[in-house]
Amino acid sequence: MVAYTIRRLLLMVALLFALTAAVFFLFNMLPGDPARLTCGKACSPSVIEANRHRLGYDQPILTQYGQFLGGIFFGRTFSSDSPQPIVCNAPCLGYSYSRHQQVLTMILNAAPVTFWLAVGAFVVWISISILLGIFAALNHGRWPDRLVMGISLVGYSLPSFFIGLLLIFFVILKFNWLPFPAYVSPFVNPVGFLKTMILPWIVLAFLNTAFYMRLTRNQVLETFHEDYVRTARAKGLPERTIVVKHALRAGLTPLVTAAGMDLAALLGGAVITESIFSLPGLGSLAVNSVLQSDLPLITGITLFSSTLIIFANLVVDLLYAFLDPRVTIA
Amino acid sequence: MVGRSLREIIWARLRRDRVAMICLVILVVYYLIGILGPVVAGILNDSPYTLHPDLISEMGGKPIAAYGGISAAHPLGVEWGTGRDILAQLLFGLRISLVISTVATLMTVVLGVVIGIVAGYSRGVTDNFLGRLMDLILAFPFLLIVMSLSGVLTQRLTQLGVPEGNASRILYLILVMSFFGWPYLARIVRGQVLSLREREFVEASVAMGAGRRRILFSEILPNLWAPILVYATLTLPNYIGLEAALSFLGVGVLPPDVTFGSMLANSVTYVNVVPTYLFIPGTALVILVVSFNLLGDSLRDALDPKGVH
Repeated sequence: MVAYTIRRLLLMVALLFALTAAVFFLFNMLPGDPARLTCGKACSPSVIEANRHRLGYDQPILTQYGQFLGGIFFGRTFSSDSPQPIVCNAPCLGYSYSRHQQVLTMILNAAPVTFWLAVGAFVVWISISILLGIFAALNHGRWPDRLVMGISLVGYSLPSFFIGLLLIFFVILKFNWLPFPAYVSPFVNPVGFLKTMILPWIVLAFLNTAFYMRLTRNQVLETFHEDYVRTARAKGLPERTIVVKHALRAGLTPLVTAAGMDLAALLGGAVITESIFSLPGLGSLAVNSVLQSDLPLITGITLFSSTLIIFANLVVDLLYAFLDPRVTIA
Repeated sequence: MVGRSLREIIWARLRRDRVAMICLVILVVYYLIGILGPVVAGILNDSPYTLHPDLISEMGGKPIAAYGGISAAHPLGVEWGTGRDILAQLLFGLRISLVISTVATLMTVVLGVVIGIVAGYSRGVTDNFLGRLMDLILAFPFLLIVMSLSGVLTQRLTQLGVPEGNASRILYLILVMSFFGWPYLARIVRGQVLSLREREFVEASVAMGAGRRRILFSEILPNLWAPILVYATLTLPNYIGLEAALSFLGVGVLPPDVTFGSMLANSVTYVNVVPTYLFIPGTALVILVVSFNLLGDSLRDALDPKGVH
């Protein structure tokens, strides 16, 4: 287990390096002048040149990458030769000239919104799908099973933005059950927070519930055919113990993998849901940064989200190895 | 009992599955409409590019007839502000959606299968390298990357000689979807190949001196078509939804062309007054995607020898 963990950790570090390089070069070697994008339409050539110099865009691309990496580990200073240098402490993901803010600050400001969105949705979809999945498996082949599976298939097929639009149309516009979403922190206004988040949670949970319900059902069904379940039955254990202690425990390990990865992907920003409900999270920040061609911000968010995914990959793998010791041998 | 080939067994199972057959018919109709859409629009004597200023009010451009301008000539209504026919938009939009999702699925399958087979069969360094490459690609936040690269890469495609405008944008969508989609299939294929390569028929083929390419593509590949087919049927609707989502976010197809996604995006502004703008393309999209998913599901059942799921 220890060797396995070390191997996985080293792999993660290597992957992270490859990722920073891939993201950086992908975004910075593309045609187009990044310096031109640092200020709006009323932008004089001298300002562009000044920004180019301040952001280091006049340096060779490899030097820029070195500076970028250095910024992450040791921090860096933008426009150091000007009267007002901008100090960016480690981990420095860059500085957005179009917004005059540090990229990391913007990400950290948006992160709580996305965090609450992702975690809330996660709780909703995991609890519903495990319950319904087991319910379907226990009624395998009968109508409750078919009903649950049918709903799940339709749910899986509905594009999330369409569900979002339907909910907005009916719940908010038509019947006025909820006010228009306006994000507030749960610590400031818990009721307003719930009123805003409930629909986005439903939208995100909807899509995932469909998938996890089927996964749970199929896993539980599969374990029902295992020998140890038959043994448990033969021993005369109560059905409840068989389902909860034997079938579920072994059957739900694949769920851990999938759930970890999906949660990580969500924490990196739920682009569609956030933009439909105008939640100021990472997804919206990303959309805006793209629309404004804010290169440092795009690079920063992409890196942040993919780091989350890689990290989740590691956690999930280790967790899996812990739950199923056979993995480490491979 | 007369011996039947695997294909015959599966086809027989599918034909007994009423849901699968209904879905198959729906999908054939959708594709026919996609192919014949312009002809149909021609018969209706309309196109999604024809403006009908006479059907909308002069102030604000609201369709004059009720429910978004529904009339005998325009059974699904007309667009706010331009008076373009919604039915014609649907017919043409379906075509674009199907072209993008179908071509992207084909490319994903080809890439995923080839790379998956190579990785699984070669093992060692090649497998390791390809595996890490897949990890890297899967670690990218897909929607973010697609959005952020769309501007520059579309421009690049135009420079390479692809016609400007939506041709470049459509090609871009196809390319990114397949580029970020293949690792999922490659993983499945790799896993299958790992066990297939140990089987006797491969060993026999090696003993007879068959070359690597022959073993990979003539011996191993034919055993993989079941998972590949199921994967393709389930990927296609995913791509349809994805294209719609991207057009919805504004990085897909641009006006005057439309797709389901852009129609839905436009509907947001007027949904309170003209709900049909939301429901018409939404329903068309959902029927298409549900049919594909149901068919893929039935196919998986038909191909599953255990028949448990």
